[in-house]
Amino acid sequence: MSILSKKSKLALTDPMISNNPISVQILGICSALAVTVKMETAIVMTLAVMFVLSMSNTVIAALRKFIPNRVRIIVMLTVIASLVIVTDQILKAYVYDISKQLSVFVGLIITNCIVMGRAEAFAMQNPPGKAFLDGLGNATGYGIYLIAVSIFRELLGSGTFLNMQIIPQSFYDSGYLNAGLFVLSPGAFIILGLIIWFQRSTTKYEEA
Amino acid sequence: MLEHYLSLVIKSIFVENILLSYFLGMCSFLAISKKVETSIGLGLAVVFVLTITAPVNWALHHYFLEEGALAWAGLPDVDLSYLNFIAFIAVIAAMVQLVEMVLDRFFPGLYQSLGIFLPLIAVNCAILGGSLFLVERQYTFGESTVYGFGAGMGWFLAITSMAAIRHKLRYADVPKGLRGLGITMLLTGLLSMAFMAFSGIDL
Repeated sequence: MSILSKKSKLALTDPMISNNPISVQILGICSALAVTVKMETAIVMTLAVMFVLSMSNTVIAALRKFIPNRVRIIVMLTVIASLVIVTDQILKAYVYDISKQLSVFVGLIITNCIVMGRAEAFAMQNPPGKAFLDGLGNATGYGIYLIAVSIFRELLGSGTFLNMQIIPQSFYDSGYLNAGLFVLSPGAFIILGLIIWFQRSTTKYEEA
Repeated sequence: MLEHYLSLVIKSIFVENILLSYFLGMCSFLAISKKVETSIGLGLAVVFVLTITAPVNWALHHYFLEEGALAWAGLPDVDLSYLNFIAFIAVIAAMVQLVEMVLDRFFPGLYQSLGIFLPLIAVNCAILGGSLFLVERQYTFGESTVYGFGAGMGWFLAITSMAAIRHKLRYADVPKGLRGLGITMLLTGLLSMAFMAFSGIDL
């Protein structure tokens, strides 16, 4: 892409794989697991986080010279909470069923560590354009994990893919059963653990 | 009446553990559960703050923000429930600050041992999650207080048991890529499976 300089391209792509917010920075796992029973909810959640994270990064980066250092946490929380309220109202208006399924987890984007973490670590020091890309990149990295976990949970737990039946009826007739464990919470922890294992062994990342 | 509250406590600690079945407060759980002493400190702080913020946020929601809640002020048609998020997070931040000051003044020993963890609680998902759940489930004032306490205890139980497991884990030879976060996730999965054994218990 010629529009983006090399450095801003890095801000966008780096958090997607090698510096992923979930598996490397260990941020935002709270909501990553709860919404992954179905792919539908995972995708809507990803879009919501994408919107909130890129907008909050942009706004905070634009305001960074006016925010007194001592009250920055409160200012950040106010910006983030306002954006989350907007997102919640939009979801309630257009995709009411999914917003019901997401229940409290849309509200919990406020305390999602990714949003606060990126605001504190990146947006306070960088211009709005770059901060926007960083937010978009981190949200995408978060979304990749969310969707990966939900693919496994939906396929193994309910035998569907985006609500389409994948496992043929003849399997069920010959005694195949959906693994109910994957719909419940332990399945989410275990699948995320395995995906992190895979990601870290391929990128050779090691925790200090 | 007492039985009802007791059953709610049992339910929020074991059956619907806020960490192991709703995944709330994972960030600090993963970061802090390396040492048993610090986990106990943070766990106690969470119990404390949740027990206080749950009833306060209930009152805020019930008397100011809910649809028709402002009837006492002559405004029966006003619905401010969209302000829930921002009001709750403000209450939590303020409460954490208040708790910090009170502890510093009257219980310096406890304040010292909690140290850095108190301010961190403001951004712990479990606290905000607790407040949002009590609105969604339409608890009464008493139920909210009891639920806040139970959810905090559940979180405390989960983080201390995880810290104890990770303490033992230091002597284990874990595969390279799985060290740290990976093995902790798998263990949390097993722990959560163990807690599933409580499901269906109803007093």
